[in-house]
Amino acid sequence: MDFTFNEDQLMFHDSVQSFLTNEVTPEHIREQWTTRSGRSQPLWNQLAELGLTAVTVPENFGGLGMNEPDFLLIAEECGYAALPEPLVETVMVVVPLIASLGDEAHHFKEQWLPLIASGEARVAIQHSTNPLVADAHIADLLLLEESGSLYAVPTNEVELTENESVDPSRKLFSVQWRATAENCIATGEQAEQLWADALNRGALAVAAQQQGIARRVIDISVDYTFERKQFGKPVGSFQAVKHHMANVAVKIEFAKPVLYRAAYAVAHQLPDAARQVSHAKLVTSEAALLAAKNGIQVHGAMGYTWEVDLQIFMKRA
Amino acid sequence: MDLNYTASQKAFREEVRSWLTENVPKEPLKSFDTEEGFRQHRAWEAKLNQGRWGMVTWPEELGGRGCNLIEWLIFEEEYYRSGAPLRVNQNGIFLLGPTLMEFGTEEQKARFLPMMATGEEVWAQGWSEPDAGSDMAAIRSKAERVGDHYVINGQKTWSTRAVWADWVFGIFRTDPESSRHKGLTFILVPLDAEGVSVRPIEQLDGLPGFAEIFFDDVKVPVENVLGGEGMGWHVAMSTAGFERGLMLRSPARFQETARRLLELYQENREQADLDPAIGEAVTRAYMDAEAYTLSTYMTASRLMQGDKIGPESSTNKIFWSELDQTMHETALSILGARAELWSHAPDAGAVGSWLDGFLFSQAGPIYAGTNEIQRNIIAERMLGMPRA
Repeated sequence: MDFTFNEDQLMFHDSVQSFLTNEVTPEHIREQWTTRSGRSQPLWNQLAELGLTAVTVPENFGGLGMNEPDFLLIAEECGYAALPEPLVETVMVVVPLIASLGDEAHHFKEQWLPLIASGEARVAIQHSTNPLVADAHIADLLLLEESGSLYAVPTNEVELTENESVDPSRKLFSVQWRATAENCIATGEQAEQLWADALNRGALAVAAQQQGIARRVIDISVDYTFERKQFGKPVGSFQAVKHHMANVAVKIEFAKPVLYRAAYAVAHQLPDAARQVSHAKLVTSEAALLAAKNGIQVHGAMGYTWEVDLQIFMKRA
Repeated sequence: MDLNYTASQKAFREEVRSWLTENVPKEPLKSFDTEEGFRQHRAWEAKLNQGRWGMVTWPEELGGRGCNLIEWLIFEEEYYRSGAPLRVNQNGIFLLGPTLMEFGTEEQKARFLPMMATGEEVWAQGWSEPDAGSDMAAIRSKAERVGDHYVINGQKTWSTRAVWADWVFGIFRTDPESSRHKGLTFILVPLDAEGVSVRPIEQLDGLPGFAEIFFDDVKVPVENVLGGEGMGWHVAMSTAGFERGLMLRSPARFQETARRLLELYQENREQADLDPAIGEAVTRAYMDAEAYTLSTYMTASRLMQGDKIGPESSTNKIFWSELDQTMHETALSILGARAELWSHAPDAGAVGSWLDGFLFSQAGPIYAGTNEIQRNIIAERMLGMPRA
């Protein structure tokens, strides 16, 4: 029984963390809000160069063949940075879904996985539990569900309508498309299992990012409590303000091992992985939401403005 | 990361389980806050020690098994699952024990640890004073060095187990000119020494679970100082770290309470489901007990790789004490009208112990440093917020 990450995992984390700190600043995020696609091709290329798009792609398809715990700390940092690009979705949901297709889909895997690994192709995914598809506009291929079956549809064969999100970084689309026998890649029990796993991995991906968001909101808020003075003292010196932040820290601390175990359970396909992921999703979401609420509170009126960076993270919680 | 138990960890679990199955008293013992119950518990500690299960993490030469922290967690899980009695000497084995290991001289370790493990010497803690609760730096009880002795005068209060215990450990002011954290010394005092008087304090449950201790020119030899004169604050902080951190509240206790809560819910489902919030609260309790367990395994893994516990141990204190309260509140909601019955009331049945647990859980956010103090520690030392 060992609950710690190994040297390689920690080093990979550290290098990605410093990359994100330098490149994905709040200024970068705000700038992307104003561009047409809201996405940065140069940034995606850099992520691919760091090997991040290849993390979960099997080695025989040009990837690094790593698993969920290997990527977990990085997913957390993507949340911490509020990375707008769909990296976590690609690594934790799209790639494992394609990689789990049967041998009959070998040609499909051979066609797409190396392209995803190298960053040349992007794939977006949709499930009937949420009719909107994030990042469909920059994807080359869409993985779609209908009546339990799995379809792979090139983006140029569909019609997209953008839906504005509360979070200007989220690019959400409804998709008009037609299911055909040609673009169907899995049906029946096989598809059912693939979708169940995808939902599980999706929830795990969200959980990891929520944990990062909660940490970021604390950091931003704690900094602010030094700057802002009232009654001649920094507001952070008041016990009531401290306790708002301490309550979030407790939530984060106890979400951490639940999240790690969930990733382990998914990677090792343990029988109660779905339950463990649900636990992780619940507690990390709670941590992020409490962080957001308490973060706004300790920012005072500034917390309710567009101007402070807090909102970028609060809206993702 | 490997969340499986190793073969030797599994074998260890089996060994613990079979010993406990054979040796745990069939009838529950009386509360250790009664004289008879205290005697029964002392006998149980002795029996545990005969099986070398008194304190499994201690080195073999001190009667332990040299277990690592993961094995300790396994032991605790089996211990609580077996329904074995609570440890009457928890102040000794979980708080003073680790502190002695860290700061004690060889003589002190040899003198005190084995007697602690056998239950022959049960320890009370003497932190608080009438004007110093969570603010330990406000300690006023004095110990004056006279030759090879200290002469102690003053008063301690809220001393858990002090009514029938044999010894008390606490911090005393050895430098009369000092203030706050300086000039304090950690001293071990026998409760039968001349000049010591103990006045029981009745708890919410009517039992004398803690006491006031008065020191009137009590003489103790200098050998009873732990960690050196003037080092009291440092030593005490380390003890308090054990208390808030791993040792005092092993997750097994809460896992077991969560399991019993689920059982209680299932047995009373028809009534409990009249309030849909109850089912959710039971789920929540189960999840939180699990989270606390995982967190402890994670901390244990880190410590075994040479890390140290930092201020994040204060998050533990808040988490388990609030979890304990909500689990017992949920149990009382399920019990409905039966909730107010003492466990010895004829109609309380087997479920009366929830009330005892509920009352005791109200102390959780207070002892071992109030949760308000823990939140300040988290804010200032873990998050780096400005000090007042």
